[in-house]
Amino acid sequence: MTTDTLNRAERSRSLFRFAAPQVFYPIAGRLAPWFAGIAAVLTVVGLYIGFFVAPTDFQQGEVYRVIFIHVPAAWMSMLIYLVMAFWAAVGLVMNTRLSFMMSQALAPTGAMFCFVALWTGALWGKPTWGTYWVWDARLTSQLLLLFLYLGFIALTRAIEDSRRADRAGAIIALVGAINVPIIYFSVQWWNTLHQGASVSLTKAPSMATTMLSGMLIMALAAWAYTFAVAFWRVRSLILERERHTDWVGAELEAEAKRQ
Amino acid sequence: MMEWESWSAFWDMGGNAWFVWGSYSITAMLIVLELVLVLRRRKETVLRLLRLRRAAPYATGGQRMNEEMF
Amino acid sequence: MNSLLGPFLAVLRRDLMLAWRGRADVLVTLAFFVVVVCLFPFGVGPETNQLRAIAPGVLWVAALLSTLLSLHRLFAQDHIDGTLEQLLLSPEPTPLWVTAKVMAHWIVTGLPLVIAAPGLALLFDVEQGALGVLTLSLALGTPILALLGAVGAALTLGLRGGGVLLALLVLPLFVPVLIFGAGAVDAHLGGTGADAHLLLLAGGLLGALALTPFACAAALRIAVE
Repeated sequence: MTTDTLNRAERSRSLFRFAAPQVFYPIAGRLAPWFAGIAAVLTVVGLYIGFFVAPTDFQQGEVYRVIFIHVPAAWMSMLIYLVMAFWAAVGLVMNTRLSFMMSQALAPTGAMFCFVALWTGALWGKPTWGTYWVWDARLTSQLLLLFLYLGFIALTRAIEDSRRADRAGAIIALVGAINVPIIYFSVQWWNTLHQGASVSLTKAPSMATTMLSGMLIMALAAWAYTFAVAFWRVRSLILERERHTDWVGAELEAEAKRQ
Repeated sequence: MMEWESWSAFWDMGGNAWFVWGSYSITAMLIVLELVLVLRRRKETVLRLLRLRRAAPYATGGQRMNEEMF
Repeated sequence: MNSLLGPFLAVLRRDLMLAWRGRADVLVTLAFFVVVVCLFPFGVGPETNQLRAIAPGVLWVAALLSTLLSLHRLFAQDHIDGTLEQLLLSPEPTPLWVTAKVMAHWIVTGLPLVIAAPGLALLFDVEQGALGVLTLSLALGTPILALLGAVGAALTLGLRGGGVLLALLVLPLFVPVLIFGAGAVDAHLGGTGADAHLLLLAGGLLGALALTPFACAAALRIAVE
């Protein structure tokens, strides 16, 4: 009875309509396969351009083809952290459960992209700079970003009470987001003082248009993939959190019949 | 094959096969792994919640205790 | 003003008294610092030039680890005996007494490290002129560690395996402090002067003082409610 009136009140405020888990759950379920499909198509197109249309780089030879996953993964890992912090802030201010769930659904994918960026960067670094790793500002910040992701995931998983987990995770996400620029700045400062050991990576080589378009298409694929996975993950989270409600009960029964 | 003379040249990547394919294979593995984990988690969640529901269909207050059992 | 200073001093005095009663714990932190610093020569070899080069980094990393070691105690006892809840219910602004608690914690665990550091630096044959910069960098930097760490301690309050989790949460956040702290000594020894580093550390301390008590207060309220 009370939840019913609450739901109606929530539904009446149009902006908050999608913030209700009950409303978002089926939408996410319908959108996720589409995003997954788009991601698959874009990946095929991007890789085709990357491997069969883009020319050999006259400086680096064929190794540069790692760029088609390396750069999108690095972009995505940073973007996801910002989005995560954004949802955390929204959750803390507006007190919407779905925003917390969204930030937790995004974190593992962000960590995955972060690791991919590091791994591919190391493999790309060996033939171009002669070493798998340099303590360059960008690499080091990326590594610390991975630690921030792991901290967030570990904290939200360690707290059993979901209300506390949401809020504690949100705080650490925000503290991390404030710290990311500070970390980047400090690492850059540190790196320029120890110039001898490092390799200058700031000089971006000019890129052929086909290389650039392949990279951008792969970046879009990474976006679509992130949407799909985050939506699928948030659906499990919603079911888990809302298990005491009637609509989840009905949803579960329907699911049972389908199997 | 516009860019490559042969498939073996393609797989060789100008002598950089380990670096290029090492990057792509690990990335692909991670993505597949994440997809498997996400989809399996959904399945498990549905099954577990269904079992909970069957065990105590109308209970609301005592549900916490039942959860501990599974 | 007095109405704010009163509770601040009351909490500070209480925490210092409690620390005085359990002073063995305090000595453990200091001993840990000394032992960690003394381990490094065994690891890298007794060559004086090498030791001199790594000394600032070693002292700073050891200070960072010692801070981490004592952090989980910051709110734990008050959480168990209910003092924390009382404080949260009290009309005094939470960030105020949080700052007092962190300050007491730093006086008990951080200040001894700052005082011991120059002596340990001599074991690494650090130039005497650099000792002042080292001490100053630690005096400015370790309070930042305590303030940042307090947020982590509040977030992990009462969790199983909270200690390891706390380390994972706060160590990445400590990196800028480590860079500027150890960098200050290096810059002084390198002849470029440590002013910029020390100013940045001071700025960081002010920023941490302004922001972290609020984050910490929010985290405590989440943990206790």
